Amino acid sequence: MKYVDEFREPGIISGVARELARTVDPARHYRVMEVCGGHTHSIYRHGLRDVLPPNIELVHGPGCPVCVLPTGRVDDGLAIAARDGVALACFGDMMRVPGTKGTPLELKARGADIRMVYSPLDALRIAEQNPHKHVCFFSIGFETTAPSTALTILRARELGLTNFSVFCNHVTIVPAMRAILDSPDMRIDGFVGPGHVSAITGCRPYEFIAADYGKPVVVAGFEPLDILEAILMVVRQLNANEARVENQYKRIVPWEGNPPALRAMAQVFELRPYFEWRGLGFISQSALAIKESFAVYDAEKLFDIPGVRVTDPRGAQCGEVLKGVLKPPQCKLFGTECNPEHPVGALMVSSEGACAAYYRYAVYAAAVEAPA
Amino acid sequence: MTTIETTRRTPRFADAQIEMAHGAGGTASRRLVEGLIGPYFSNPALQAFSDAAVLSIEGTRLATTADGFVVKPLRFPGGSIGELAVNGTLNDLAVSAAKPVALMATLILEAGLATSTLESEIEAMAIAARKAGIPIVGGDTKVVEHGMADGMYVSTFGIGVSDPRAMLDPASIRPGDRVLLSGPIGAHGITILLARGELDFQADLVSDTRCVWPFVEALLSQCGPGLRWMRDPTRGGVATALNELVRGGEYGIALSEEHVPMHDAVRGACELLGLDPLHIANEGQFLAVVAPSYADAALAAVRSVEGGERAVFIGDVRAEPKRRVIGINGYGGTRVIDMLVGDPLPRIC
Amino acid sequence: MCLAIPGQIVEISAEQPLLARVEVGGVQRNVNIGLLDPGEVGAGDWILIHVGFALSKIDERQAHDQLRMLQAMGEDQLAIEEIRGYTFADQDGELDEIRR
Repeated sequence: MKYVDEFREPGIISGVARELARTVDPARHYRVMEVCGGHTHSIYRHGLRDVLPPNIELVHGPGCPVCVLPTGRVDDGLAIAARDGVALACFGDMMRVPGTKGTPLELKARGADIRMVYSPLDALRIAEQNPHKHVCFFSIGFETTAPSTALTILRARELGLTNFSVFCNHVTIVPAMRAILDSPDMRIDGFVGPGHVSAITGCRPYEFIAADYGKPVVVAGFEPLDILEAILMVVRQLNANEARVENQYKRIVPWEGNPPALRAMAQVFELRPYFEWRGLGFISQSALAIKESFAVYDAEKLFDIPGVRVTDPRGAQCGEVLKGVLKPPQCKLFGTECNPEHPVGALMVSSEGACAAYYRYAVYAAAVEAPA
Repeated sequence: MTTIETTRRTPRFADAQIEMAHGAGGTASRRLVEGLIGPYFSNPALQAFSDAAVLSIEGTRLATTADGFVVKPLRFPGGSIGELAVNGTLNDLAVSAAKPVALMATLILEAGLATSTLESEIEAMAIAARKAGIPIVGGDTKVVEHGMADGMYVSTFGIGVSDPRAMLDPASIRPGDRVLLSGPIGAHGITILLARGELDFQADLVSDTRCVWPFVEALLSQCGPGLRWMRDPTRGGVATALNELVRGGEYGIALSEEHVPMHDAVRGACELLGLDPLHIANEGQFLAVVAPSYADAALAAVRSVEGGERAVFIGDVRAEPKRRVIGINGYGGTRVIDMLVGDPLPRIC
Repeated sequence: MCLAIPGQIVEISAEQPLLARVEVGGVQRNVNIGLLDPGEVGAGDWILIHVGFALSKIDERQAHDQLRMLQAMGEDQLAIEEIRGYTFADQDGELDEIRR
């Protein structure tokens, strides 16, 4: 596959890994956070930890939109699905996320009309083909995905659809990064920045991290070669005591971002005054709501949603893990009550959640360490 | 310190209701079979939980298997439910090193099913059975109300004679043994996913459904004594089949990821949807663990049969990590390859 | 987050110019190109696909330059090690792997 295989080429990766090994200062410990859950997933999938020098510690960040969605919001979505005549359409990522009364898959098994889609346009198509059904699209995602939802709402208006709505749970990445930076337990040296969010937002939004907090940010692609090169760029900045925003993902990310996408977002969405993030609490100006002018497509206006705050189950430490304060195995429920088959929190459900990724690695490590 | 459940403990089945995941062939299915069904039926032939039960009847070793086929849509590129039912049952016998002798089939039909559809499936079953040289000697039909059975379900029973040249025994597996795969993975599962139409992708891909007995017979004739274990990686894919193998043993398996063959379209679909090809169902492939001294002969044997040209060794058995399947890529990066939890779900994140 | 994959535009519909037929390694799907500037892409171009939308046009030149630079990095590294009299041939045949 073009533009994929070249960035997984073992020979080049080995070469960059060697350069990284040569570049790190052996007397120094580097704590680098990869913000984006997609990077977390890629790091584990491609076994990158095996080629990193031992003094580079990767801290998994909160950039997993499934992981940061509070249980109460999942319940709200499922309440919409429970209504007669309504079909809830959601991404595959959501299907196994636990709400208070069960996951979307479990509720579907009990008769709720819940459908999995690959694209919000597929949800629109279901609405077009089923005029007697109301189709509500459960949207999640950072700025990567929000423009697609915006275009879908614009298209719904063009088509004059009256049986389509969006339950909007889009969040923005910068406030989460700021919350991490302001957190007193945080000691991150540098960041691997979210490549696909940046394809939309550009690289400017991270400039405050370098300017005000003195930390380097390297916007990175998702193939193993991209991530490795980005880590190398962070290390080089740290060695030189620099703090800049750099773009490793130049083939995709324009420095100024994607203007048509940003315009579509601005047309359809506005910032909520505040929004609750699992583990990070309420963060102001961190999430998107549908504008009043598109109210007929806003599920929160059309439906009475419970809006109940649900705290994490006792013992679950999703918040601390999300912030990178705790490593997954340090959560009391990790591996016992909370595992990929019976996840308690979303970090174990999502394949890019820190806990799910760590579970596989930790199980492996435990097996290796176990006496013969 | 991590406290992770060992995989040896017999799982209890505590779920309050049956979910789709229990039929997906992964960990949930295992819990249902071993935690709820097994304890009630408990007997030695069952305890092995292998693809076919081996019964010794008056000195003759017979292998018997039962299988159920539920597929939507009924017809898909490369096959249909009838063909799947015949080949799938024959394959369960084949990978148990039993020469298939006869099949029976029960058809559960939905009221309203067009006769032409049913006839197509019966014809497909007849063709598949004739191709394999195996008679369908009986069965049953039932009709259920409209809205049930997704058109039709097929349940089968197969019987075969254990081949004396085989000495299959997972307990004989040793570090150094080689893992053989018959051909490209993921074709069936991705074909079905695309055929459902919900995801609106198109590809030039067909199901790989076929009877694998000819390959197994070649293996038995060339390297019977060196053949330790075989499995057809259906639901849950290669990852699940290999995890099921290692969980009871004192060894693990390491796969060389670059060597696992797959069609471009399977790879493309999996990358697009965030699926792992190793979790995708196959209906015409098999895995075999072969002693190293027989490895060359085994590969040659499978490749010598038409349709086996892409057979390849994809990994080997290792002493560590025990009871794990790991993948090693071209630059030495490793990852744990897990059993499938529920159905493979596309993701966007 | 953000699973997105490169794909190549096969054709753009004349009736629906916002809809492109895109191919990813043998799989085809319609992709909405409404997030790109009009006329920015055409048949043969490579784009990044996420949830049925094109997010960006792939800059092929950038990709090429980057790969070349990274490849050279590995080779420079080898040259340095060889000058130091230390080769990777001692380490599990890595040298053969790179020279493949």
